[in-house]
Amino acid sequence: MEFLIERLPLYLEGAWVTVQLTAGGIALAFVLAMFFGILGTRSGRFPRAVSTVYVEVFRGIAALVIMFWMAYALPIATGFQLEGRFAAILAVGLNLGAYGAEVVRGAINAVPRAQVEATVALNMSWSQRMRLVVLPQAWAQMLPTFGNLSIELMKATAVVYLIGVADLTAVAQQMRQGTGETVLAFMGALVLYYLIAQVMILGIRLLERRANRRLGRIPSDGGGLLGLLRPPTPAAGGGK
Amino acid sequence: MPPSDNRAAPAAADTDTPDTGSLIVFDQVVKRFGDLTVLDHLDFSVAPGERVTLIGPSGSGKTTILRLLMTLEKVTEGTILVGGEPFSHMRRGDRLVPASESYLRARRKTIGMVFQQFNLFPNMTVRKNLTEAPVHVLGLGKEEANARAEELLDLVGLSDKIDAHPTQLSGGQQQRVAIARALAMRPEILLLDEVTSALDPELVAGVLDVLRTVAETTDITMLCVTHEMGFARDVSNRVLMFDQGRIAEAGAPEEIFGDPKEERTKAFLRSVLDNGY
Repeated sequence: MEFLIERLPLYLEGAWVTVQLTAGGIALAFVLAMFFGILGTRSGRFPRAVSTVYVEVFRGIAALVIMFWMAYALPIATGFQLEGRFAAILAVGLNLGAYGAEVVRGAINAVPRAQVEATVALNMSWSQRMRLVVLPQAWAQMLPTFGNLSIELMKATAVVYLIGVADLTAVAQQMRQGTGETVLAFMGALVLYYLIAQVMILGIRLLERRANRRLGRIPSDGGGLLGLLRPPTPAAGGGK
Repeated sequence: MPPSDNRAAPAAADTDTPDTGSLIVFDQVVKRFGDLTVLDHLDFSVAPGERVTLIGPSGSGKTTILRLLMTLEKVTEGTILVGGEPFSHMRRGDRLVPASESYLRARRKTIGMVFQQFNLFPNMTVRKNLTEAPVHVLGLGKEEANARAEELLDLVGLSDKIDAHPTQLSGGQQQRVAIARALAMRPEILLLDEVTSALDPELVAGVLDVLRTVAETTDITMLCVTHEMGFARDVSNRVLMFDQGRIAEAGAPEEIFGDPKEERTKAFLRSVLDNGY
């Protein structure tokens, strides 16, 4: 225990890098997922093709390979050297954004056709329909999967030590090599990864609860902060 | 526009030449879904301010007519004119070409629709359901849109529900809000698609009362698909009996309900009455 407490500042430094990479990756993945996901629901053939190409390319390639490519191949090919953290954020963002785009596309397509028809009857434009009706309803459906993807993304950052970024895993590695205390060194990383994930899960549940309330689905567990420790119960009285 | 108490049937049902005084003209309209012909070379027109009820067995194409007018479907053949302008197509030179989205938006500005399943937006309160489109689509100020929403909720008797969510309302209340939402866009034409069919029997009267009030106090042109024959008789100037994508019989409600000529009309009315409508 003392071993870990002594080295806590080092762990926290590594954890902070992991948090930064995760936040950056989520921000990038979110923007990409929204953009390409919405593009994938357009009626034109070209926008849909662009969306499909992005999804298939970046879903099919491991984040690690994208990261290596950004860090090692790109400088050789273009002479342009990306900062390690930036390369890592790009890699996980592009990869998880591709998964996210499919989630966005699916959630938008799952908004009942009747809702879209009602927006036509009110003469809304495409962007008004998206902004006022479709996305707010699809949002509640995206959130649970977005939560899973965010955690996947956080875990995917654990390979960045391979391109020399000093994240939580890198700290644990150094600790192990420096002291030979393999069990303890990784125990520290384990606990911190778990804590980060728990905070993220809590945040997502908060968002889910808010989204469901906006759709007029009253949380049947009565809400409260303790309610956040349980996964949300299926919506009561709401639509899909 | 004629006053609402003008109960004379202004236009004959099967005019071959489109009447220039008509607000809505269907000219040889064909609608097919795959091999299924839903509307078969349909001709009819509706005068401004007229209330037309469409009746007939299910699958006879009544709802499709409303959906074509709301641009939710496209015609397969033929032309629809609204206010003298082609609706399903737009003019380019002297040709008619398929309408673009912006052209459709301009055309359907005057048309509102109320759906069988209400289709209120669950992500908005009743107030937002009534104000978002007027603010964003018509460009109304927030206050004006709000005042109009309050006025309309008063009309449909739901002033106290303005901040409720649609999920907190009964089906009948939701449908009354949906009627108010359509009216908030100040339509010249209101399409009513079996608006009471999804309701429990005890909630039907409230919705029909609201529509009677709308019919009595406005000169909105109404096209109404319904199985409520009493309502049809009270409100409409003209009844069109549909069968297999064509108009089987058309006339004033007294004629159609009191003295139907066609065997199909008689059979349909018998079956509707037997089902307790």
